[in-house]
Amino acid sequence: MKGFIRIDPERCKGCSLCMEYCPGHAISLTNRLNLKGYFVADFEDKKECTGCAVCAVMCPEVAIEVYQIEKTDER
Amino acid sequence: MKTVYCRPKCMKEAHFHYCPGCGHGVITRLIAEVVDEMELRDKTICVAPAGCGMLLYNYFDIDTIESAHGRGAAVATGIKRVRPENLVFSYQGDGDLAAIGTAEGFHAANRGELISVIFVNNGVYGMTGGQMAPTTMLEQVTTTSPAGRDSVLQGHPVKICEVYATLDGTSYLERVAVNKPAAIIKTKKAIAKAFRHQQQKTGFSLVEILSPCPTNWKMSPLDSCRWVDDVMTKVFPLGLIKETKKC
Ligand SMILES: Cc1ncc(C[n+]2csc(CCOP(=O)(O)OP(=O)(O)O)c2C)c(N)n1
Repeated sequence: MKGFIRIDPERCKGCSLCMEYCPGHAISLTNRLNLKGYFVADFEDKKECTGCAVCAVMCPEVAIEVYQIEKTDER
Repeated sequence: MKTVYCRPKCMKEAHFHYCPGCGHGVITRLIAEVVDEMELRDKTICVAPAGCGMLLYNYFDIDTIESAHGRGAAVATGIKRVRPENLVFSYQGDGDLAAIGTAEGFHAANRGELISVIFVNNGVYGMTGGQMAPTTMLEQVTTTSPAGRDSVLQGHPVKICEVYATLDGTSYLERVAVNKPAAIIKTKKAIAKAFRHQQQKTGFSLVEILSPCPTNWKMSPLDSCRWVDDVMTKVFPLGLIKETKKC
């Protein structure tokens, strides 16, 4: 895993655009509801994420933060 | 660990009220990113519309003024004329700019007011429940054109960029979309360019953004993104419509 994302579950409205455009298919819709009553998307950390940020570019709710893991980072 | 993307600094913590998959959310974010990157947070004044963009002042941590429906370009004109050092932009929907605000938008463009207009074209009146707008496409079904828009009865879709291009006061007009990653990156560049045109005082600048409205189009967010490509761009071709000076 070269990167990872954080999705704010209270901002997410489950529109699924991040899932559709993620090149690594690393995001999926969960069956968890948030306070607004939407099923929210979540990051699957077992899948390959490069930190390309396409999900954040597509997200209409500005709910996604994207990070890249550097070589110096401890695992 | 390197942060590749985080929320723009000139956005407040408030959650958007937009529907799932709405293009307004992307456009609001792109404006905030451009203002951050151009370091214009202290100098920018936003004019919010009546329409789905009306709560912009809840989202932007920049000075925002609410205008009456359609009067964005007139309000922005007033602000820019008394505060020429500020970056002034109005954010308007298609019902706002192309219907009730036709006169204000058109004449601000014709006078070459040094303002930028972010024109969100979603083909319907979004906030009031999906009525037909001047930009609704022929045969498109809306609540006020239930049999599809008929040119004999209801006229043709209005192409604001092409109309404004005939006016000598306009310096930068581009049509972009927010339905896929590459298009969104182009839209951000277009917004930045419009602001640069304003800074260099070349004339009136406008970016028309084709924006999905899944709720009123009665489609899923993904289908509405596809519909922008398959149907809307055939009527409203994307690209640079006019640029009088490279900025
Ligand atoms: C003078 C006036 N007339 C009518 C309205 C009702 N109204 C509010 S929003 C709106 C339409 C907005 O549509 P559009 O500009 O396309 O923006 P969208 O909601 O699609 O983003 C209307 C007719 C109003 N607020 N003020």
